[in-house]
Amino acid sequence: MAVHAPAARPKAVREPEPRPRRRSTGGYWVFLLPSAVLFTAVILVPFLMNIGISFTRWQGIGDPRWLGIDNYTRLFADERFWASFRNNVALIVAMAIVPTVVGLVLAATLFDYVGKKFGPRTASTLRAAYYLPQVLPIAIAGIVWGWIMHPRYGALNAFLGLFGAEPRSWLGDPGWALPSVMLIMVWFQIGYPVVIFMAGLQRVDPALYEAAEMDGASWWRRFWHITIPQIRPEIYVVLLTCTIAALKVFGPIFVLTRGGPGGATLVPSYFSYQNFFEKANVGYGAAIATVLTLVIIAVTVFFLRIQDNEDGQS
Amino acid sequence: MIRKYSVLVSLAVLAVVMLVPFVIVTLNAVRSPQDYSANGPLSLPDGLYFDGIVEFWNRVDFGGKLWNSLVISGSVAVLAVILSVLNAYALGIGRVRGRVWILVVFLVANTLPQEALVYPLYYLSKQAGLYDSRLGVIIIFTVIQSAFGTYLLASVLGRFPHEILEAAAIDGAGKWRALWRIVVPISRPTLSVLLIFFFIWTWNEFFLPLVFLISNENQTVPVALGVLQGDKMMDATMSSASALLGILPAVVFFLIFQRTLTRGVTVGAIK
Repeated sequence: MAVHAPAARPKAVREPEPRPRRRSTGGYWVFLLPSAVLFTAVILVPFLMNIGISFTRWQGIGDPRWLGIDNYTRLFADERFWASFRNNVALIVAMAIVPTVVGLVLAATLFDYVGKKFGPRTASTLRAAYYLPQVLPIAIAGIVWGWIMHPRYGALNAFLGLFGAEPRSWLGDPGWALPSVMLIMVWFQIGYPVVIFMAGLQRVDPALYEAAEMDGASWWRRFWHITIPQIRPEIYVVLLTCTIAALKVFGPIFVLTRGGPGGATLVPSYFSYQNFFEKANVGYGAAIATVLTLVIIAVTVFFLRIQDNEDGQS
Repeated sequence: MIRKYSVLVSLAVLAVVMLVPFVIVTLNAVRSPQDYSANGPLSLPDGLYFDGIVEFWNRVDFGGKLWNSLVISGSVAVLAVILSVLNAYALGIGRVRGRVWILVVFLVANTLPQEALVYPLYYLSKQAGLYDSRLGVIIIFTVIQSAFGTYLLASVLGRFPHEILEAAAIDGAGKWRALWRIVVPISRPTLSVLLIFFFIWTWNEFFLPLVFLISNENQTVPVALGVLQGDKMMDATMSSASALLGILPAVVFFLIFQRTLTRGVTVGAIK
């Protein structure tokens, strides 16, 4: 995760337009050969194998036994599976929606208010502070907070104790575990949209803001009618990349809660890992991973579609 | 006036809140266990105490973990850039037939969750004798990172000035020569940004290295620290020391590469 290619990502989503000029194209396919071999071995074959395995019962040793769609019917009746996707929705809120909304307000305030009233250095220092958690490996971010929220020796209980609060097992309490993980992910994620949105705002013609200011438009009106429409492409990219990141989240769950307590923080990624490597239900794990893949592809297609529609209208 | 500063103060308070976890982990990493039991985690430490960090370093052979992470991330960065350049040369400049579909394949590969590949990769790498080896992880991440690299570079090279290549062709330079003598040197800024991103992304990876690197001597920094969580031997100050050791390399990379990374914003936006 951390440290995304800020403006590189928005560009990457757009398809380069081929030049109309024809040039000789013979012989270039040779350069694709190394990749063709490696992609087949590392992505294509494993991906197809995983789909194949999802239709079998297999312990990882011996021969897989063909089951047809049994794993999938079992999956859709499995309360833990649905719970894992509900928890995943909570993590999409924490990793994509809240950071995008808060990031928009922060980026616009830093750019349009702090940058102008207090100078660009103040704005970029604050931006760096918000961004710092993003440089951590996501698993290390989990380790940091695992220590802070530790029930026996963590700093959070010590701090709240100053105000007379009872010590609490933040990650061990079924009611608190998911909100705690969500809070950690908001902390981790917030800097990414701030940086991308501020880079996007550089593009906006300052005359737009000046004209609006002269017309007496309030800060919120400028935010709503200039900032948001102008950086719409960046908003889509942030929502898409963060939603996918939330759907794939594994490291923090592994180091903080292992999906517990009692499945309160179980996510599809960890659920499949459990079935693969802890319970030796390889077929079932493969079915979970396949469904997760389909969800991710559906989300990607959905975002690219609405983005295309927007582009077509404007 | 009051309003002007209240905005700044609330933004600064938020910045402090964001930084508190870093500060509190550092404070407790350099605190002695006696100090911790006397004063708790919130006060300033009595003095600088590095024994906890040293003891943790030696116990997990942290130097070895750093080396593993460096070897894996460094190799992946170099190899994935090479692979991306080769692909992008064929797609962006060579415009081979079916290039749009090939790009779609790379895009899909880029969004696939690793969970959908992990078990077959685990099984196949055992067959190939690459399980629990740094080489196995290097090969896998080279391919995964180059999926993104190809996608990005193909669009950058699609706008490569053709006049230069045509001039080279007239001078008798073959495709291979044109790639290494002209395309690569001219695209250096983009390639170095890509190199750094691949390095950091691979350093930060957790899921596949956790599955593939089970023996102690092969583990990377995040995996080694991740599997120690909940270890009964870890007391308050030593846990804190372990978190600090995970934070430090990431912050160091960020400080070293910051300038290249900000330059990357403009490089990525080449029209």
